[in-house]
Amino acid sequence: MAKVANLARIRVEEKDLDSLANELNAILGWVEQLGEVDTENVAPMTSVADMQHRWRADEITDGGYQQDVIANAPSDEEGFFAVPKVIE
Amino acid sequence: MSDLTKLTIAEARDGLKASKFSARELTAAHITAMESAKGLNAFITETLEKAVEGATRSDDRLAKGEAGNMEGIPIAVKDLFCTKGTLTTAASHILDGFTPEYESTVTANLWAEGAVMLGKANLDEFAMGSSNETSYYGNVVNPWRRTTDDQPLVPGGSSGGSATSVAANIAMGATGTDTGGSIRQPAAFTGIVGMKPTYGRCSRWGTVAFASSLDQAGTMTRTVRDTAIMLEAMAGFDPKDGTSVDMEVPNFEAALTGDIRGLKVGIPKEYRLDGMSEEIATLWEQGVDWLKSAGAEIVEISLPHTKYALPAYYIIAPAEASSNLARYDGVRYGLRVEGENLDDMYSRTRGEGFGEEVQRRIMIGTYALSAGYYDAYYLKAQKVRARIAEDFKEAYKLVDTILTPTAPSAAFAFGEKGDDPLEMYLNDVFTVPASLAGLPGISIPAGLSSDGLPLGLQLLGRPFDEETVIRTAGVLEEAANFTAKPTTWWRA
Repeated sequence: MAKVANLARIRVEEKDLDSLANELNAILGWVEQLGEVDTENVAPMTSVADMQHRWRADEITDGGYQQDVIANAPSDEEGFFAVPKVIE
Repeated sequence: MSDLTKLTIAEARDGLKASKFSARELTAAHITAMESAKGLNAFITETLEKAVEGATRSDDRLAKGEAGNMEGIPIAVKDLFCTKGTLTTAASHILDGFTPEYESTVTANLWAEGAVMLGKANLDEFAMGSSNETSYYGNVVNPWRRTTDDQPLVPGGSSGGSATSVAANIAMGATGTDTGGSIRQPAAFTGIVGMKPTYGRCSRWGTVAFASSLDQAGTMTRTVRDTAIMLEAMAGFDPKDGTSVDMEVPNFEAALTGDIRGLKVGIPKEYRLDGMSEEIATLWEQGVDWLKSAGAEIVEISLPHTKYALPAYYIIAPAEASSNLARYDGVRYGLRVEGENLDDMYSRTRGEGFGEEVQRRIMIGTYALSAGYYDAYYLKAQKVRARIAEDFKEAYKLVDTILTPTAPSAAFAFGEKGDDPLEMYLNDVFTVPASLAGLPGISIPAGLSSDGLPLGLQLLGRPFDEETVIRTAGVLEEAANFTAKPTTWWRA
């Protein structure tokens, strides 16, 4: 459970790990019934509508508004997003 | 002047064109209704100034004969659609203070047709829920109460604020989004019409993403005709959404011919669940009779993989959510909780910013996508999804539309289904299969439970055949003649 929480980058209090694990196990246990379905030679569904993906011209159609992009940032410096120091 | 909040969108449109009242008067009446209904908690943000400005603009356009199809119509916008300059929260703490610099395509389309925004409607956090109990901004209350007690009831979810605002005559219509039933189920719980069009019909651009292969915007209104008007205004091809379909939007209102003679209506036997409530079963039979009397041919059909739709959904939707919600990291917008280092900042921000249900789904999804489990869970679920879609494809060789109940019960009380997430998930048993297959669906109010609560019937259609769904819904609506309204107990 601690590993999944870490992969999801969600801080879970030590004391809550067990109850969360139980809940997730109950859900996963219920999902096990998918094993009953014969899916031999069935391709996984990857596109909802029967459609061809569109191509577009490879050109710049957007951009040039740095201030708008960072307008909602909790912290910014000189037009960039600011984060805690990563390299010591 | 009679109460303008009682009008349908179609009636208001005609009244405005005939200058019986102004758009400003129409909006003012709804603002008054909104102020007297604060206890329902339908809105996260009220945008009264914008509403008055919009109505004033509408009056100008009406005077010049330039009115759009939604000109002057006051609506609520689910707070999942980004609105430029107006707080957009997805009902989550993690989007604290987020004020988009851009407008979602769906809302932009509505404003272009003259609609007026009253405010941003409350919802389940990131649209994850079936009772509107997961919002950071508190529960939305259903305007309906049982005739037997005064207990407050849930409006359904996730589009609970949208549903309540329309059912309580605060807004004439509302936008919703439907990932597994989030428009149709709350519409059924509040006695209104809710429609999810075909996946790809409305652009997803600028709508906060939950599960991208399932999310679809739609309408919540009080009549089928209003649904047709509003859906036409919202829909359309958008090159900014890679799965938006480049197809002409039909005149949906013209589909309301009232003639369904010879139409083949499928009744899927797998939807007759063990332990289905007597009331729901009776209502369903009643629906069959109504359509039969109108000249439709009833055909028993089979959708053999129905039972597996919910478990497949509860892998696919959380998997997509875990990936979509990775963007909330305290860097670009919303909440940041400082930590010892970058990773710690991420974890603290997400631990504090996301509510319980959202965390649960992200973690299920993370697990299902993680190395060693991907094939067993995600890939398997996508294969089962293909079989479910195939079931519908086969069925639509025999029938034109499918009739089912919308939800397995009427609205329930707060906390009644809170303890077991699985029990809550079962609310979507009738709506999820069509979501997985990307099909259009509508819920219309069709009757009352023994304790006086609305119950809905659902019609599903072929991909991009909203017209047949709307036409049949129109016939069903007329036959059901659902005129019950909640008492206005919330008006202080």
